[in-house]
Amino acid sequence: MFKEFKKGVFAENPVLVLLLGLCPTLAISVKVVNAIGMGAAATFVLICSNVLVSAAGRFIPAKIRIPCYIVIIATFVTVVEMVMGAYTPELNEALGIFIPLIVVNCIILGRAEAFASRNGVVASALDGLGMGLGFTLVLTLIAFIREVTGSGTFLGIRLSGSFSPEGAVAPASVMIMAPGAFVVIALIIGAIQWRRAAKLKRPV
Amino acid sequence: MSYALLFISIVLINNFVLAKFLGLCPFIGVSRRRPEAMGMGYAVIFVMAMASAVTWAAYFYLLAPTKANVFYRIMGEGRTPADFDFTYLQTIVFILVIATLVQLVEMFLMKMVPALYKSLGIYLPLITTNCAVLGVALLNIKDFSRLSPAESFFRTVLQGLGGGVGFLLVLFLMSGIRERLDRAEVPPALKGVPIAFICAALMALAFMGFLGLVK
Repeated sequence: MFKEFKKGVFAENPVLVLLLGLCPTLAISVKVVNAIGMGAAATFVLICSNVLVSAAGRFIPAKIRIPCYIVIIATFVTVVEMVMGAYTPELNEALGIFIPLIVVNCIILGRAEAFASRNGVVASALDGLGMGLGFTLVLTLIAFIREVTGSGTFLGIRLSGSFSPEGAVAPASVMIMAPGAFVVIALIIGAIQWRRAAKLKRPV
Repeated sequence: MSYALLFISIVLINNFVLAKFLGLCPFIGVSRRRPEAMGMGYAVIFVMAMASAVTWAAYFYLLAPTKANVFYRIMGEGRTPADFDFTYLQTIVFILVIATLVQLVEMFLMKMVPALYKSLGIYLPLITTNCAVLGVALLNIKDFSRLSPAESFFRTVLQGLGGGVGFLLVLFLMSGIRERLDRAEVPPALKGVPIAFICAALMALAFMGFLGLVK
């Protein structure tokens, strides 16, 4: 059971290994707070939709299963949207249309189709938790790099007076704009490929 | 802002892929060869423009609390339009409308224009989960729903069309770059997706130069 949880975080990480859910990953990762909020929202939707799909799987006709999954996912996304709008309006504003866009996040539909529809409820919940956590970790990592180098802050707290727009060294604001996002994810995926190649070469 | 300027700003400055991060999966997934990229791009223009128009109608006549709301017209006696505010159903309604629309377009093309279906057909099912399509529908409502109906409809369709054209442009450029990259000497660790992302970063940087066009 534990391996269903672990694979999503490392070996089958949805963003870095499977290259799913790239749009929110790059768009949201300007601040660590946004990344954690987005990750939590997506994880909630993943777990709930996985559980429901796996529980209701046998009642869903095979031919119309994809539209059914989409309706299930959209329902939970609407729940998240309303809760966030009510309790964290600032975060809701910052994440903007990327909260409703969780509906078309390929990670969630992908897990419903590839895992939850063929496995039990508990395994599906763990799979959802693992995948959600893997997604959140990558988001947070990218956001951490971009926030620190791009605005010189961490969770909104300034790191050092001399590393600020008024200080001796100004943060590279290109990192919090679009090009920075592409460069950071390129280097992270590159680092993973490099490690994988190094592992293969090492004599056993 | 005139319509021409609005169109330019949607295609170049607020490009859906490079500035708004919408539709990245097909941007990385099908940009390996040029014919494929073009096919996907045309299909996206088509679907985005149609989806914009249809979701606008769904929002305006079914969900929004206005006098034009169909439910208000039928059952509105003694009630105000505010009693018929269904905007919280927006996400579910939009995704269903888009999925149905894509399915209908696919069936229509298969029956009526088989040649076009052969070139676009395989990309159409993928478009349902392309976040640029749902994204443009949501952005239209966010940006234009406060304008007068005619004005907002016109801008909505323009944004749908412009978003699609911007997507095609970037996909076309990217596929050209990647065909060249196949023969270039790339550090082994960066081969494939990472170098594509680095090219995307350079393109995004270049597209930021268009910022001065509209002010």
